[in-house]
Amino acid sequence: MKDYMAILNLAENENDIRALTTNRPIASVPIGSRYRVIDFMLSNLVNAGIGNVGIFTESNSRSLADHLGTGKPWDLNRKNDGLFLFNHGLCNLMYTDSKLIKNNMEYIYRSKSKDVILCSSYMVCNMDFTDVIRSHEDSDADITVVYTHTKNADKEFSNCFTLDIDPATKELRGAGKNIGIGPEADVCMEIFLMTKERLTDFIYKSTSLTSLTNFYNLIFDQIGSLKFNTYRFEGYVSCINTVSSYFKSNMDMLEPDVSTELFRSNIRPIFTKIKDEPPTIYIKGCRVGHSLIADGCRIEGTVTDSLLGRYVDVEEGAVVKNSIILQNVRIHKNARLSHVIIDKNVDIDENTELKGNEFFPLVIEKRNLLR
Amino acid sequence: MIQKNMVALILAGGQGSRLGAMTKKTAKPAVPFGGKYRIIDFALSNCSNSGIDTVGILTQYKPQQLSTHIGIGTPWDLDRVHGGVTILPPYMSEAGGDWYSGTANAVYQNLTFLDQYNPKYVLILSGDHIYKMDYRKMLAAHTAAGAKATIAVIDVPIEEASRFGIMNTDSDGRIVSFEEKPREPKSTLASMGIYIFTYADLKKYLREDSLNHSSDNDFGKNIIPSMLSAGEKLIAYRFDGYWKDVGTVESFWEANMDLLKADNEVKLFQNDWKLYTVTGSIPSQYIGPDASLKDCLISEGCVIMGEVEHSVIFPGVTVGANSRVVDSIVMEGCTIEENVIVNKSILLEGVTVKANNAVGDGAGIAVIEEGRVLSGGGFMK
Repeated sequence: MKDYMAILNLAENENDIRALTTNRPIASVPIGSRYRVIDFMLSNLVNAGIGNVGIFTESNSRSLADHLGTGKPWDLNRKNDGLFLFNHGLCNLMYTDSKLIKNNMEYIYRSKSKDVILCSSYMVCNMDFTDVIRSHEDSDADITVVYTHTKNADKEFSNCFTLDIDPATKELRGAGKNIGIGPEADVCMEIFLMTKERLTDFIYKSTSLTSLTNFYNLIFDQIGSLKFNTYRFEGYVSCINTVSSYFKSNMDMLEPDVSTELFRSNIRPIFTKIKDEPPTIYIKGCRVGHSLIADGCRIEGTVTDSLLGRYVDVEEGAVVKNSIILQNVRIHKNARLSHVIIDKNVDIDENTELKGNEFFPLVIEKRNLLR
Repeated sequence: MIQKNMVALILAGGQGSRLGAMTKKTAKPAVPFGGKYRIIDFALSNCSNSGIDTVGILTQYKPQQLSTHIGIGTPWDLDRVHGGVTILPPYMSEAGGDWYSGTANAVYQNLTFLDQYNPKYVLILSGDHIYKMDYRKMLAAHTAAGAKATIAVIDVPIEEASRFGIMNTDSDGRIVSFEEKPREPKSTLASMGIYIFTYADLKKYLREDSLNHSSDNDFGKNIIPSMLSAGEKLIAYRFDGYWKDVGTVESFWEANMDLLKADNEVKLFQNDWKLYTVTGSIPSQYIGPDASLKDCLISEGCVIMGEVEHSVIFPGVTVGANSRVVDSIVMEGCTIEENVIVNKSILLEGVTVKANNAVGDGAGIAVIEEGRVLSGGGFMK
């Protein structure tokens, strides 16, 4: 196995998940009761022995920077290599993802690695990258692209790239956008393996164009002229780019097969930032079923089919059903919640009733602490 | 060299033999407690929350797990440029080597460690007590009184006073005399084993004590009495909060159960005085559709399908369907399969209880040794 560096490109389309990304990029949206979206891809990389990860993000990255810190939870606080975070600062509409990478080209030049993995954060999965790397190296291709075969393309992976792959030869024939016409599709997971030179070529080419084309378009423009290897990922994956896919992905994590695959692998754990919360206390009279509960909660009411983040209080008589409650939320007496997503630091008053549904979960935005 | 105002030393070398199987493989301060902590986390978190950034930990009895737990002190913010945490085991020198013969001797043998920081004050702590305390307040009392030593004391019921070292004080809190486990106690102020010494004086008395071959080299038995008889100013600092020396299996079990009370005094949920510990990357706890939970503390990584009542469950524990855990402490990584009853028991780390078994009779406390696999069906005590 060659020595790879990784670039996480966080220029991800947030149009359909705005309610959760007013204060943060998708990468740092809380998910799975105690994780952030980026934890999955970051852990996947680290679990494959990759020790140099550059994260390129747009503005609004305070929460991401806070989450990542020095990279210690992922063992990326290193003297040599480790974690690098690059961001735009101010939101500049003329900036493209490739321009941001270009401005920090020295980082890429300086790295000792000759090969690179380019990926996004919002594809939540537990992937064995060593297998992808093996496939890339065996194929002798210029570029390896990772994809998943889905039967839910009309509901999920909206706006993602779809790939036209020859079923017999596995050859990549073309790429387009998923506009949700049919259920079955091969969806690009926005994971690419190539040499560093190839990547820098793309970056220079892309920034010399004046259009705001997405970087990945440029890669797919090379279909026909470069040799592509396609790698089909068979595991669970969900793309967190809409509120409904976010809701579904969280609910999937309550199912034993998905949660076992994602979280309970002994060889590929998912790492996240450590907080110092006490164990959760369950008080007499509570009723909890089919739920993922983070540490630091106090539960006296009813919680079913839900995910609770750290430090959530569910008071006596309160009922939480089919909901996602993020960190530090207090649900007061006799409040009733169903199909809602409550962002961090919210107080739900006594007797409040909030209701969404499976396809349109109600989102209560994070309390702005600045006021 | 930067002088430190106060350096803490934690005495963590004791075996805690009355804890039986719990300390068979590890020193008492490293015994797991409270659903995710180890006993020493209380003293270490107190140091961290009191702004003490230099801590020496004196180890002797089976220190491996303790050393692993402490590492470079990151969880307590004790990985510091100047200071931080240092583990201090007994060592060899040109003239040979000695075990720590007593609490005072352990500190005496590490005077060179203290000299590195040249502190004004030294705080001596036990690594095996459950309490939350702001040592800054104690130091303020020490300096305000201009004392040579300050001893933290707690009011105990008179019937229990003869189990402790008892301080007799005058109306200003100055210690007049000290009695170790007196048959007829004159006061109810028990020493908590927490001392602040003015370093220069501590050094002097430790050196004198080291020359006295009949001494037990113990703070309570030797250092404090000799300071008192020399007429030094020693004061008692009264602490009113929760404090427990979990010396026996019963008191260990009780202290864990105390955490389940609605307004427990340990205040695990107190945000401005957090307890820090080593935390792994494991998923949240999953509570199954038919689980039943009543007054229990459960940690991350657990999968609970059955019933848990009035118990403390550590990380990564599985409780199978139709199983019932009551009045128990289940430590990290235990697996309780289906149709199991665990009653008033302490399951040490990595115990497996196979399906259709029962553990504990609810009378005494059953302690199941680390890593044991209970199988074969039927009852086990």
